[in-house]
Amino acid sequence: MKFSIQINEGPYQHQAADTAYQFTKAALEKGHEVFRVFFYHDGVNNATRLTTPPQDDRNIVNRWSDLAEKYNLDMVVCVAAAQRRGIVDADEAKRNGKDATNLAPRFRISGLGQLIEAGIQADRLMVFGD
Amino acid sequence: MTDETMAEGGTVKRFCYLNRRAPYGTVYALESLEVVLIGAAFEQDVSMVFVDDGVYQLKKGQDTKGVEMKNFSPTYRALEMYDVEKLYVERESMEARGLTEDDFVVPVQVLSSQELSDLMEEQDVVLSF
Repeated sequence: MKFSIQINEGPYQHQAADTAYQFTKAALEKGHEVFRVFFYHDGVNNATRLTTPPQDDRNIVNRWSDLAEKYNLDMVVCVAAAQRRGIVDADEAKRNGKDATNLAPRFRISGLGQLIEAGIQADRLMVFGD
Repeated sequence: MTDETMAEGGTVKRFCYLNRRAPYGTVYALESLEVVLIGAAFEQDVSMVFVDDGVYQLKKGQDTKGVEMKNFSPTYRALEMYDVEKLYVERESMEARGLTEDDFVVPVQVLSSQELSDLMEEQDVVLSF
């Protein structure tokens, strides 16, 4: 089956961010296709490389980057939600005159159209949130 | 999906936006509306459903001055221009909050919980906010 994944909640605050990861990983390991993972609302905070959890805890952001590396996952962060919450890549920093970037590897920032397309292209869009 | 229709240039799916939360307090309602407006460009078959405190999103007379947030309720009146015309309110949620159809900023269809359940069953994509 071809899945798309939407994540609406931030890391560590809300288990939805963990469940989404575990679902995506399990689906890929079972041979399913994941068309896209889309981060929205506070979910965009899953994409900051500046996260530093305690050493004995899971690193939610790195976990996503590693999964994307292994399976060539398309991970999209909503640009409007990211701007509100200070998730920035080089293009966004330049466009909005910011002095830093924090987008983790393998994530990309793009528009909400990517979410609609994900819904159209996939057999199932799974929404993880509150 | 076996029952999608093919329109000129692509697939048309039934998209349902399920709005469950009050308009302020959290950002879900505002960011849900942003998805609906962007999504309209894709010319899908769109329905919006309002349940629980989500019915307050459509309430007339919202005044956000005191909380210094943007009152985005007028945007619901613009949905028609985006060909988003199927708005459904759950009767149980509406009545539990002492509201009637006259309290909303746009015309809506009021459906029972069971009718909404049937409607959602027919959708291809349900986005829950």
